[in-house]
Amino acid sequence: MIDKPAVTSALSILGLFALWVVAATLSAFPQILPQPWALLEPFQREIANGKLPYHLGATLLRVIWAFCLAMAFGVALGLAMGRSERLNRWLDPWLVIFLNLPALVLIVLCYLWIGLNETAAIVAVTLNKIPNVATFIREGARALSPDLDAMAQVYRMSWMARLRHVTLPQLAPYIAGAARAGVAVIWKIVLVVEFLGRSSGIGFQIHLYFQLFDVRMVLVYSLSFIVVMLAVEWLLLQPWERRVRRWRTA
Amino acid sequence: MAVAATVGTPREALENGVTSVDIRSKSFGGVPVLGRVRFDIAPGERVALVGPSGIGKSTVLRIVTGIDTRFEGHVDRPEAMAIVFQEPTLLPWRSTIDNLLLTHPGLARDDALAALDRVGLSGKDGFFPGQLSLGQQRRLSLARAFAGKPDLLIMDEPFVSLDPEMAEQMIALTETLIAETKPATLFVTHAHAEAERLADRVLVLGGHPATLG
Ligand SMILES: Nc1ncnc2c1ncn2[C@@H]1O[C@H](COP(=O)(O)OP(=O)(O)OP(=O)(O)O)[C@@H](O)[C@H]1O
Ligand SMILES: [Mg+2]
Repeated sequence: MIDKPAVTSALSILGLFALWVVAATLSAFPQILPQPWALLEPFQREIANGKLPYHLGATLLRVIWAFCLAMAFGVALGLAMGRSERLNRWLDPWLVIFLNLPALVLIVLCYLWIGLNETAAIVAVTLNKIPNVATFIREGARALSPDLDAMAQVYRMSWMARLRHVTLPQLAPYIAGAARAGVAVIWKIVLVVEFLGRSSGIGFQIHLYFQLFDVRMVLVYSLSFIVVMLAVEWLLLQPWERRVRRWRTA
Repeated sequence: MAVAATVGTPREALENGVTSVDIRSKSFGGVPVLGRVRFDIAPGERVALVGPSGIGKSTVLRIVTGIDTRFEGHVDRPEAMAIVFQEPTLLPWRSTIDNLLLTHPGLARDDALAALDRVGLSGKDGFFPGQLSLGQQRRLSLARAFAGKPDLLIMDEPFVSLDPEMAEQMIALTETLIAETKPATLFVTHAHAEAERLADRVLVLGGHPATLG
């Protein structure tokens, strides 16, 4: 049997590829828009000399750190705000301010206040993402079933058991949503953070080749990273989401 | 004072296994809903709470179980309690047997399986609640209530909105389980026949703010 949506996705990507080839053929300057296959040679070279894996690893590590920290703090904050109207009234203005603060401002301030180091980079990305996660989770916390709460209380379920078996499963769709939106935004912000003040990572390499006006290398580094992030989405996040939804479809 | 005769203070009463309820008042947003509501339930005693809709029966149950603590008064209740709501109120993301084991961590797996068997759910231990019929879900909720051998069982209109045949089946099952486990039971019902059949004593809630008539 043919999987229709998958076929459509494949055709769509093929179309984008074809568009690229046509555009590159029409453009007279390969240094501005090279043909896709012209990237193959520098790609192999960067892998062979270890630079691509090194910078990719550095960026991924930052993404993972910022993602875990933003999720942990965002879930805790969102849960607390969703459950306590009082706390929500106090913290909601903060959330609104941080949600509307441009990522660039936070990044620059973090570098200025903490210094041009790894901590500042990760703190900047984390702070950028916490308000989004908290907003998502707060919505979920508001929708928590009071009946299940009452049930858990009467049966004296422990604090940990309640969190694991009553609260988090109800929040799972919201956590999954926040995680997917989170990864997408975080990896983009990490590149900016690297662009502005790190000496490793994909963002740093893009900065380097931007100054050298080397479109080929910019594309090699960006595309490699996009492929890795798509793999994370398809091989990690989506299967996990399906797993936590299993009880719905059983 | 309209206080039923009790022996000793509430604290001593609980040591004898008596659930002692003394609500002086309860308001929602400044509107008094309950006035003085004072009653005891002896171990193994079955008490029905009846009254018109909106009078405050569910509110009394929420106070007795400790779900609602914002009231004037005092309640002495046993540790081991169980509750049956109008809806099954199961954990839909956990299997049937886990719904028993998670609410009763001390329960052995074999005892949980026996409890499922007892309400006609043998072989369904790996199912999710969504894979059970509504009647089966309600029976699972009964199994959960009795699995912990509660000293006090609270039920809020457990048989309402069931068709007569299913209601009869559920009432009979509940009757049997109560006879086996002998918890003190406090339940709310609209049906007088139900109250007569299951209860040793009927409390009638009425008036504004509501008191026991
Ligand atoms: N959380 C709440 N906030 C404000 N008012 C409430 C709340 N819960 C209940 N009430 C009010 O308290 C009164 C008693 O409600 P309760 O649910 O105890 O009635 P009930 O006797 O159980 O009625 P029914 O038989 O219809 O279930 C009602 O007037 C209701 O509007
Ligand atoms: Mg009610």
